[in-house]
Formats: sequence, C-alpha cells, structure tokens
Amino acid sequence: MAMTVELPALERTEATTPETKASSARLRRYAGPALGLLLPVGLALAWEIAVWAGLSNGRLVPPPTKIFATMVELAKSGELSRHIIATLSRVASGFVIGVVAGTLFGAISGYWGLARRLLDPTVQALRAIPSIAWVPLFILWLGIFETSKVALIAVGVFFPVYLGVMGAISSVDRKIVEVGRTFRLSGPAMIRRILLPAVLPAYVVALRVGLGLGWMFVVAAEFMGASEGLGYLLIDGQQLGKPAQIVAAIVIFAILGKTTDWLIEIATAPLLRWQDAFGGRSGAA
Amino acid sequence: MLALDRVGKTYPNGVHALERFSASIKLGEIVAIIGGSGCGKSTLLRAIAGLDRATTGTVTLDDIAITAPHAKIGIIFQEPRLLPWLSVADNIGFGLSELSAAARREKVARALDRVGLADKANAWPRELSGGQAQRVAIARALVPQPEVLLLDEPFSALDAFTRRDLQDHLLDLWNDTRPTLMLVTHDVDEAVVLADRVLVMRPRPGRLFEEIKINLARPRDRNSPHFDNFKRRVLTALDRSLDRNVPDADAKSTTGEAMWW
Ligand SMILES: Nc1ncnc2c1ncn2[C@@H]1O[C@H](COP(=O)(O)OP(=O)(O)OP(=O)(O)O)[C@@H](O)[C@H]1O
Ligand SMILES: [Mg+2]
Repeated sequence: MAMTVELPALERTEATTPETKASSARLRRYAGPALGLLLPVGLALAWEIAVWAGLSNGRLVPPPTKIFATMVELAKSGELSRHIIATLSRVASGFVIGVVAGTLFGAISGYWGLARRLLDPTVQALRAIPSIAWVPLFILWLGIFETSKVALIAVGVFFPVYLGVMGAISSVDRKIVEVGRTFRLSGPAMIRRILLPAVLPAYVVALRVGLGLGWMFVVAAEFMGASEGLGYLLIDGQQLGKPAQIVAAIVIFAILGKTTDWLIEIATAPLLRWQDAFGGRSGAA
Repeated sequence: MLALDRVGKTYPNGVHALERFSASIKLGEIVAIIGGSGCGKSTLLRAIAGLDRATTGTVTLDDIAITAPHAKIGIIFQEPRLLPWLSVADNIGFGLSELSAAARREKVARALDRVGLADKANAWPRELSGGQAQRVAIARALVPQPEVLLLDEPFSALDAFTRRDLQDHLLDLWNDTRPTLMLVTHDVDEAVVLADRVLVMRPRPGRLFEEIKINLARPRDRNSPHFDNFKRRVLTALDRSLDRNVPDADAKSTTGEAMWW
C-alpha cells in the first residue's frame, strides 16, 4: 500500500528534475570557471594597461604580453619542450615509484595488523622528517644527477599514498567484508571484488595529493643543480635577472600541475560514478 | 535438516552469549526466534551462518558440520549491505560468479522481476529506498537457491507498512523453492505471521526458553481471533522469559519490553 502511494510522487520529482538539473548544471559548468577567471584576468589586464600607459616600467613584474612573448620565444627555440619533458619525466618516474611503494606498504600495513604495528611507527617517524632534509643525503648516496632527484620526488609521493591506502584498507566496513564471506569469496576474490572497489575513492584522493607533492618536490629537486627542467628555468631566470622567464616557468608549472591532476580525475571518474558523496559531485563540477 | 546440538558461545572478552541451544529444523520450515535484547539471537544466527564459530556444540546441515560459510546457507542482515559500487542487477548476481554471464543475467532478471524491481536493474543502491534495498538484499540471498536462509531482524529498520509488505513478499518468495527460514525478530506480529514455530529465548546466558507452534493455515489473517490468540501466547512467554530476570537488570528489561508493544 505504502509503495503504491509513494511511487507516483517519486516519478513526478524525477520527471521535473532533468530539465532544471540540466540548465543549472550548464550554468554551473560555465559560470563557475568564468567567475573564477574574473580576478586573475582582470588583474593581468590592469597590469598590462598600467605598463602600457607608462605607470610602471614593468621590469621586475613583467606584463602578461612579455611573459607570453618569453614563452613563445622559448617554445620556438625548442628550449621549452626540452625543459618540460625533463621535468615531466622526473615527476612521472618519481610518481610511479612513490605510488608503487606507497601502495605496496600501505596495503601491507592496512591488511595485516601485525605488519602495521611493525611497520607503521617507523614510517610515521620518517614522515616527520621534512623531506627536503633528505637532499644532501640523497646527493651523497645517489649522485647529483637524475637518480637523486627522482628519489626525492618519490619520497614526497610515497607518504600521502601510503597513508591513504593504509587508512582506506583498515577502515573498510566489516559489514561489507562479511557479505563477501557469506558468499565464500577466496582471498584474491575478496581483494578484487570487495576491498579494491571499497578503497578506490580514498585511493584516488591519495594519488592526487601524492601528485601535488610530486610537483612540489620536483622544484626542490631541480634547485639542487639541474641543467634542464622548469626548476632550472626558475634558477636561471633569477641568476640572469629575467623575471619574465621565472613567471613563465611558474605559469607552466601551474598548467602542468592542474592538467595532470585533471587527467587522474578524468581517468578515475567512470570508476567512481557509484559514489554517494557530496564531494563526488562537487569534484566533478 | 538443520540440527543445532547444544550450541554455545563465549566471546573472547568473556561474555557468555549463548548456552546449550538445541533445535532441529526441517527443510522448508519457518522458525522465528524472539527474545530480549542481548539474549544471543544474532550470535546464534552468525554461528549457523558460519561467520563465527560456536565455542561448544555443533551446527550440522544434512550431516555436514558448519564451521564456515556454506553454499546452502544464506543470510540477510538488518541492513541491506548492498555493495555501493555495483548496480542493483550486479548486486543480485554477486553470488553467481560461477555461472556463465548469460545464465547469470537470466537468473538476475527473473529475480528482479520477482521482487518487483525490474525497472531498477541499472540503478545504483544509493538510488533505492530502504524497502527496495532490502528487497534487493533478499533477492541476492535467494538467487543462489540456499536450503537455509537466515534473517537477522531483516525488516526492523522499515516503517510498519513497508514491513508488512515485505513480510508478505518474503512468504511469496519462500513459496517458490521452500527453503528453511530462520528469522530473528523483535516483532511478535511478524513472528506469528511468518513462522511455523516460534522459539522464545531468555538472556544471560542466552538459551532456549519456550517453543510455540503456530498452527495457522497460510495465508494468515492478521485480524483473526486465532492470530490474536497466538500473539498473546508469544507475548506471555516473552514476559515470563524476562520476569525471572528482573533482579538482574530491570532497566534493560523495560527498554526491551518497549519494543514489543
Ligand atoms: N563480538 C562480540 N564480542 C563480545 N561480546 C559480544 C559480541 N557480540 C555480541 N556480544 C555479546 O553477546 C551477547 C549477545 O549478543 P547478540 O548480539 O547475540 O544479542 P541479540 O539477541 O542479537 O540482541 P539484539 O536483539 O539487541 O540484536 C550480548 O551480551 C553482547 O554484548
Ligand atoms: Mg541482534
């Protein structure tokens, strides 16, 4: 009885929402970013006009056109792509190593209580060390070239991934695990059909945090003596007094960081459609 | 036949939750278990499901000792416990992974139809109402055709109307293959509507107190005098099961009683 009374009401709300939902979604999709762009674009424009009108010579804070011209110049000579590729490949290899190690150790600590008690205190103690403090040691151990840079990035990526995976696995709902048990799932099937999907949302968050730290640490890594990379462009710009080059590198960092984060989001979105969380929807918007 | 032979359970923390519980339940029989809060009903059901092991005694199904979850025994919990990352159809098919995809699809479609949720096959669990979700849970447990289906307060989170609806629905589904049903409930109405036999338990330690046969033909009329009669008998038994316990903990027993009226 209650069902038959309830159903028409449900259908009615479903019938009316698609229209309003679609239009408000469209509004949000375009209005949101547009509103966010207002401030930086406005400031850039104002600065451009100020320099153009002679209110400032723009030497220390170059106007947008100058920055853009610097980028174009770097791009034309092929310098830019060389630096971008150098930085990207460092972040990529550091990220992969950090993610693999973080996932492995995080999974072990999350799955076995004994391993957690054995492993976790050490990892937590290591985490308390500011990662930049490793730099001299890494240079001594691994040399000044790529290996030490990648190692530093990997360390930065490792901790958030480790913590995320461990926390997610150890907090998987026992009730859901029991469903797997009643259907007599074997160990691997339990991992594949229950644990992996259950930890996926937290894992994606951990990956994104890890990637953010990877981008942070690549700059630190490239400050410690690199001959190429966006971090090198920063140092070079400082030493030779080229602020436009510094800002150009910063802008490219921002673009690359945002793009790679967005790629993770896009790639994992189909796997997380089921999520019933406020964060899930606001993240997609 | 499901045979419980002096099943007892003491938890590692020393709580003596269940003592020497014996019963034998024929295939196709519906048994309701009722009793005060904390008298070991869930403990008993989990032991039969093989989720926990009894510390003493044995659970046997057709002469097979049950110590771990068994293919012939299904369980439905108080919450639907659907897997949020699977569609409704995939949730129902969760226990059918040995079947070919086509066979599974067919069985799932039939089950969806049977619980009246054919239009929700591709919905996510979060898009279901509580009653719909519990129906999916029932379908998921029934689709592998268990011989014994255990239900631990399956409808207690639902409103009275939906609960009645699902009780009738459960009987209807039971009629298809006639598995043994073992149902824990706090609702005397529910016990008398569904069960062939009501087992009343008493707490501290949990054990069997009284057994009441419900000799009423199905479908049962909730308003008939016979029905009332059986309800009263179950209530009286419940009262007595607690009365002897009053000096032990009266605060607990009054909150327990509130659930039956
Ligand atoms: N995992 C556990 N560890 C220790 N003690 C437990 C555990 N589970 C239950 N108990 C104890 O065992 C006793 C019986 O619990 P059980 O859950 O079987 O009761 P119940 O009859 O299902 O109660 P309710 O009607 O409230 O669901 C209680 O005293 C409870 O505190
Ligand atoms: Mg219980």
